[in-house]
Amino acid sequence: MTYHLPAFRHPHSPPNSAGHTYRDYEGVISTLCAGCGHDSISAALVQTCYELSIEPHQVAKLSGIGCSSKTPNYFLGYSHGFNAVHGRMPSVATGANLANPNLLYLGVSGDGDTASIGMGQFVHAIRRNLNITYLVENNGCYGLTKGQPSATADHNSPNKSGEINEHISVDLCGLALQLGCGYVARGFSGDKKQLIPLLKGALTYKGFAFVDILSPCVTFNNHAESSKSYDHIRAHAVMMGELDFVPAYEEIVVESAPRKVQRVQLHDGSSVFLYKTGDDDIDLSDATAALNFLRTHIDSGHITTGLLHCNGAGLELHQTLNTSETAFNQLSEKELCPGNQVLQQINHSLSVIR
Amino acid sequence: MQPTDTRNNPEYFHKVIDCQYACPAHTPVPEYIRLIAAGRYTDAYMLNWESNVFPGILGRTCDRPCEPACRRGRLEGEEEPVAICRLKRVAADYKEMSKIKAQLPHIPSTKNGKTIALVGAGPASLTVARDLAPLGYTLHLYDEFPRGGGMMRSQIPAFRLPESVLDEEVDYILAMGVVSHFNHYVKSLHELMQVGYDAIFIGTGAPQGRDLSLPGRKEGDTRIHIGVNWLASVAFEHITKIGERVVVIGGGNTAMDCCRTARRLGGKDIKVVVRSPFEEMKASPWEKEDALAEDITILNNHNPLEFICRDGSLQAMTFDRVKAVYDEPEKRHLRSTQEAPVEIPCDDVLIAVGQDAAFPWIERHLGIEFDERTQLPIINPDTFQSTQSKIFFGGDAACGPENIITAVAHGHQAAISIDRYCQGEAVSDRLPPHVNLIHQKMGIHEWRYDSEIAPDERYVVPHEEKDTIMHNRKVEVELGFDRQMAYAEAQRCLNCDVQTIFTENRCIECDACMDICPTHCITFTENGTEEDLRGRLKARADNVTQDLYVSAPLKTQRVMVKDEDVCLHCALCAERCPTAAWDMQQYVYQVTKVQRQQFAPDLIAVDHADS
Ligand SMILES: Cc1cc2nc3c(=O)[nH]c(=O)nc-3n(C[C@H](O)[C@H](O)[C@H](O)COP(=O)(O)OP(=O)(O)OC[C@H]3O[C@@H](n4cnc5c(N)ncnc54)[C@H](O)[C@@H]3O)c2cc1C
Ligand SMILES: Cc1ncc(C[n+]2csc(CCOP(=O)(O)OP(=O)(O)O)c2C)c(N)n1
Ligand code: SF4
Ligand code: SF4
Ligand code: SF4
Ligand SMILES: [Mg+2]
Repeated sequence: MTYHLPAFRHPHSPPNSAGHTYRDYEGVISTLCAGCGHDSISAALVQTCYELSIEPHQVAKLSGIGCSSKTPNYFLGYSHGFNAVHGRMPSVATGANLANPNLLYLGVSGDGDTASIGMGQFVHAIRRNLNITYLVENNGCYGLTKGQPSATADHNSPNKSGEINEHISVDLCGLALQLGCGYVARGFSGDKKQLIPLLKGALTYKGFAFVDILSPCVTFNNHAESSKSYDHIRAHAVMMGELDFVPAYEEIVVESAPRKVQRVQLHDGSSVFLYKTGDDDIDLSDATAALNFLRTHIDSGHITTGLLHCNGAGLELHQTLNTSETAFNQLSEKELCPGNQVLQQINHSLSVIR
Repeated sequence: MQPTDTRNNPEYFHKVIDCQYACPAHTPVPEYIRLIAAGRYTDAYMLNWESNVFPGILGRTCDRPCEPACRRGRLEGEEEPVAICRLKRVAADYKEMSKIKAQLPHIPSTKNGKTIALVGAGPASLTVARDLAPLGYTLHLYDEFPRGGGMMRSQIPAFRLPESVLDEEVDYILAMGVVSHFNHYVKSLHELMQVGYDAIFIGTGAPQGRDLSLPGRKEGDTRIHIGVNWLASVAFEHITKIGERVVVIGGGNTAMDCCRTARRLGGKDIKVVVRSPFEEMKASPWEKEDALAEDITILNNHNPLEFICRDGSLQAMTFDRVKAVYDEPEKRHLRSTQEAPVEIPCDDVLIAVGQDAAFPWIERHLGIEFDERTQLPIINPDTFQSTQSKIFFGGDAACGPENIITAVAHGHQAAISIDRYCQGEAVSDRLPPHVNLIHQKMGIHEWRYDSEIAPDERYVVPHEEKDTIMHNRKVEVELGFDRQMAYAEAQRCLNCDVQTIFTENRCIECDACMDICPTHCITFTENGTEEDLRGRLKARADNVTQDLYVSAPLKTQRVMVKDEDVCLHCALCAERCPTAAWDMQQYVYQVTKVQRQQFAPDLIAVDHADS
């Protein structure tokens, strides 16, 4: 009678360019329900960070409360982690980021954690363009508290016991676009081929990168009538082209097939390529077009997945506030507490403005 | 790729059980190891006995082709194969004799009217006897030596295989009413055929030791011995001592037995002189280790030149120093270094440079054809029938020098053939193996087998004090595992017979199994050719000796591909699957034997056939 993760890994698992193997990005064995979409997202994050050769100790994982918010324990076991109060991850992340801008911030939240109790915090973090990758593992319900419908549960969709959701649902991507978020994408836990490039783009993006990831709750929201089930998502997904992420250090080989391709260059020189597959054609830098696209497809009962918007123009919070680029833990006591005289100077300058 | 047909191909899951597949007799290794872990030594013994007839003997002497195949050896880190062979000995050491006797097959007192002659009392013939006696056959067993066992008695030294162990397992068979004709060298097959036997099985081994015709060979003859003959003379106590300085020529297991025996008969300065480099010697690594531990010197890259005799007696041997050169990776030549010859003074020389099967007693007009090059009889490799339909061969006599377990495997197959032949059935019509799948799930996180695995180094079998073994050639060197060590070693087994079984129409493609699998065996992907798939699975599947398990197309038109190579059989895929699309089921594979119905051991009786 056992349930533990064996210590053995594949004997020929190659190290990445940072010298780490896959194992160095794993966490402890998950306690979520078997088949939960959230576990697939954790696996996608492990693969993404391994492939990007991210240094695990340079990552800070932050989350709120929920099955989704538990997952940071199941990946990147050598990274920093903070499990905040329900819906309060954005403020903890903001504080951490201001204290140390040199880490890679990864916020992991759920649809309940973000779209219900945490909505206020979420919108302000976007508005301020906090430099973070913000993931919502979206299952349309409160998984941890036994499956009550959340604010992202689709209008008129029945829950497991047949009760219809009478309320309009929140489309978090639409909201993020509306708020001026510079990187907006939607993925599906059951499609890593698409999800991993989306995550790579988000982790490389400087500023608020939002990825809404449909992630079926196998226990409370995977019934036949659910609009957040594996089957429903697969049957109704509209993919916005095929995505490719090329890191800065790799040579770019653009596919030769005569398809429309859009390239967005990220701050560090990496690029995201989007190959169009359908007739729909929106410009990745055009948030309004993306909003319209989303709207049209929601109205026809479709779920849009892929990279919806990517625009590298805005200033992130540190730049706006002109705050210290050196982490507080690298500053001396004297720099951190410059003394009464400096305080007086500051107060004086403020009174002059007034 | 086409979906894997696990239902109609009994060999697919068999091959996943690396050890069982590699065992010539296909002993159900993981099952007996679990029985040992459970302290059910008697059951473990009987399961072995049913497959390989000589668990106590093989648990000490088997060539263990299963161990290099063991999956554990392919795992990450310093892992070595499970000590499969020495665990077999554990079953023999701790079994309950009284219970064994009760489980031996019943021998009918009314015979079936057919009489079979078995020539040679080695493991091949003894296996045929054991398989046919319960069916009512009358069996006549011939051997030139005074007791049964063949080379297991005449060659394998008692310090590796105690007489009591050999006697016990040989006697189980002789006690089945076998009529033995010992001290009886069969001089003519023609004469034997005149006796009117219904069939004859020839298991006379490969008894002829090769000689070295070098200058001085004749002159030094009294102190130059053919290794296999010398070992037989020691075994039957015709020889009890040897000179202090001994040279053993040859690098195989016979050479190792010769040098270690010589050490016990008074040899002090013993040199094994071999042409090849140390790593390439034919002897098993553990045999070399044991010889070195007994102060024996191994001299490599020396090619024998001459026996130096003075005044009609052997004084020394000379050798040319050689170097191994390779034209191609596998093609080795030994080239002289052109240095002066090396002279090694010695009192005795033992020549252990190989043996051959020899059939001076088989007349060439009886319809038995021989291969011109190998001088071996031409036989059907599945039925072991010769070109004379009444005559069957097995063991070393059939294929040249091999080992005990191969002789046993031949014996089982030959017994089926002899039975069919005597019952007037087509010898080549053979039943498929008996297979079954047994569910393992008992509850949440509960399996019928212990699926937990952890890194653990192979346990070393303790040895008897060196002083004790050096003075008495009959004291066994290895002491065997005690019960605690046996348990710990048994827990290293990965239970490769508990198969991961995939049911397409249950899978919802949530990826949970692929995500949890610690060794990245599972991938959901677009189908392709085998070569293509091997290159783009979650972990490259470069070990082409291990199969890919491919499903039929799933809902998304992708397929599930599982690389069997380093699957830990940890059951996590089945634990994490929300729909039980993965299940763990024990695959029972029993080689067809004549007496299959009579011996199905009781643990196999608890099967729940998979619908
Ligand atoms: C020194 C040495 C050590 C070995 N150690 C091992 C080991 O550790 N493990 C292992 O698996 N294998 C070992 N082997 C090999 C193994 O012993 C043989 O492969 C195996 O015994 C073959 O079995 P068999 O039944 O074919 O014949 P054998 O065991 O060779 O038996 C044949 C018998 O027939 C007798 N015979 C031959 N001709 C006649 C005749 N005309 N009339 C009557 N009797 C006849 C022979 O004397 C012999 O007793 C060893 C071999 C040698 C030489
Ligand atoms: C302040 C507060 N209010 C309510 C709860 C109860 N609670 C725990 S988790 C949860 C909802 C989580 O939903 P979601 O973020 O979608 O996570 P999921 O479990 O679905 O992944 C709620 C309401 C709480 N823990 N704290
Ligand atoms: S309750 Fe739902 S969201 Fe939570 S672990 Fe189970 S399947 Fe996942
Ligand atoms: S049993 Fe399943 S999870 Fe475990 S190693 Fe094998 S395929 Fe992977
Ligand atoms: S865990 Fe089960 S349902 Fe999920 S992908 Fe694997 S086999 Fe399919
Ligand atoms: Mg939720």
